[in-house]
Amino acid sequence: MTPLVQMQGITAFYGHSQALFGVDLDLAEAEVVALMGRNGMGKTTTIRTLTRLLPHRAGTIRFAGQSLAGLPAHRAARLGLGLVPEGRRAFAGLSVEENLIAAARPGPWDRARVYAMFPRLKERSGQDAALLSGGEQQMLVIGRALMTNPRLLILDEATEGLAPLIRQEIWSAIRGLKAETGLAILVVDKSLRELSHVADRAVILEKGRTAWTGPMAAMTQALADRYLGV
Amino acid sequence: MRREPLLNGVLALALLAVPLAAWALDEPFVITLATKVAILALAGAGLNIALGYGGLVSLGHAAFFGIGGYAMAVLAAPVQNFDLLMSWPFEVPGTKSMPLIWLAAMSAGALAALVIGALSLRTAGVYFIMITLAFGQMLYYFAISWPAYGGEDGISIYVRNGFAGLNTLDPIQFFALAYGLLMAVLALTHMMVRARFGLALAGARQNPGRLAALGIRPFSLHLSAFVISGAITALAGALYADLNRFVSPSMLSWQTSGEIMVFVILGGVGRLFGPVAGAALFILLEHWLGGVSDYWKLFLGLILLGIVLFARGGLIGTLAGREDAHD
Repeated sequence: MTPLVQMQGITAFYGHSQALFGVDLDLAEAEVVALMGRNGMGKTTTIRTLTRLLPHRAGTIRFAGQSLAGLPAHRAARLGLGLVPEGRRAFAGLSVEENLIAAARPGPWDRARVYAMFPRLKERSGQDAALLSGGEQQMLVIGRALMTNPRLLILDEATEGLAPLIRQEIWSAIRGLKAETGLAILVVDKSLRELSHVADRAVILEKGRTAWTGPMAAMTQALADRYLGV
Repeated sequence: MRREPLLNGVLALALLAVPLAAWALDEPFVITLATKVAILALAGAGLNIALGYGGLVSLGHAAFFGIGGYAMAVLAAPVQNFDLLMSWPFEVPGTKSMPLIWLAAMSAGALAALVIGALSLRTAGVYFIMITLAFGQMLYYFAISWPAYGGEDGISIYVRNGFAGLNTLDPIQFFALAYGLLMAVLALTHMMVRARFGLALAGARQNPGRLAALGIRPFSLHLSAFVISGAITALAGALYADLNRFVSPSMLSWQTSGEIMVFVILGGVGRLFGPVAGAALFILLEHWLGGVSDYWKLFLGLILLGIVLFARGGLIGTLAGREDAHD
């Protein structure tokens, strides 16, 4: 079976400066892959090339067997890429409910299911998204991505800067997604301990290259110190 | 706090009550002023969809306003000249029927907006302003140099076009038509803004990239909004031409684009009744200050400056408070 995501030898540039020098990443259906690395190693850039928000220069990106090269971002998203971008990007000025339905596509995920996953959102459904707490905004953006009924959920630093209790709530929601729906998830995060409970495999980036790939269980303290430690 | 819907209701009633009172007191001029407010508010309501809800600053909406006006003249002129609109390859008569003229004006406006939008929306920001302005000027100079419909002098349509069952030359009856259309368009706009299309449009205004990441192409949304906007402004143009029974290239000039934008900004950008409040204030100032001095636009400029600097929500924003988008 071909993997859901195949990225091979990806290079990408911001203007003249090269950010990715050869990223390889595979992700199978129903698999949760952790994308790790220190700050500035290319995690977000990798996600931006996968979602076609940044063009790649060389290499191939295939999603569900289809090449994404040359596709505009909205087309790629319609193939089933559900992005939860870094930094909680809800649409301010729209209510929680409006944020959820703005880009919804038909499928198993609907408002009732998102509200069941994040009951706080239901309580706040009429409220302006800008007036939510950081954690609630993050839940909203995850809900918004799920409402597009993606085949792959991409979480870029979904728990960054949130209070520990809220982080737990979001992590347990992600664990629930994995256990109950078998949704494929690509997750970027800094918390190795939390990732080890969720992810099946890890891909570690260093200086814009894939430096290590392997099952989460094979991640040793030495590896973590080598690639992730400060 | 829900002051904005209340204020909208007050504005809608006031715009209805003033001409009715004037009708009772036999003051036809006031009715005509109110009709002008309703029609210009309709033009503003068209622009508000692009500018307020879509965030597309178009300085070329006079093109659609003028196209609506000329659509009326092109259809009605053959009738008053006992001529045909078209004699080859088949004969097409002109028409004096308002619904047909409105339909033609809106189709022509939508088509023009489709072409202008498809080209202009490849740009953004200042470039979008300049390219819409350029298209507007192109049509303006075309109208000036096209002799068939009067060129620079414009063309008069001596008898107002008809609407089944109404005497459109009676000011209050013509007002009722303009007011009815304005309210219908505002009701549709209200529904559109709350529909998924409107929500996605609000998203595209904030961050087009984020919307693309969710699978919606911002360009298509913007183009649809621009086409709807152009069609509504063209409808207002057809009504305005009927109000004056006269069309000239000045309807297409960039000053007209600026005035339509002033209605929206005075009243409140992205507020449903913003164009109504703005057009009403504009006409009142024109009437009162214009009686005091020929240079009344100096005062209009000062008021506009004050609103842009100190009251970003325009009249509606000042009276109704912070944006209250949610019920």
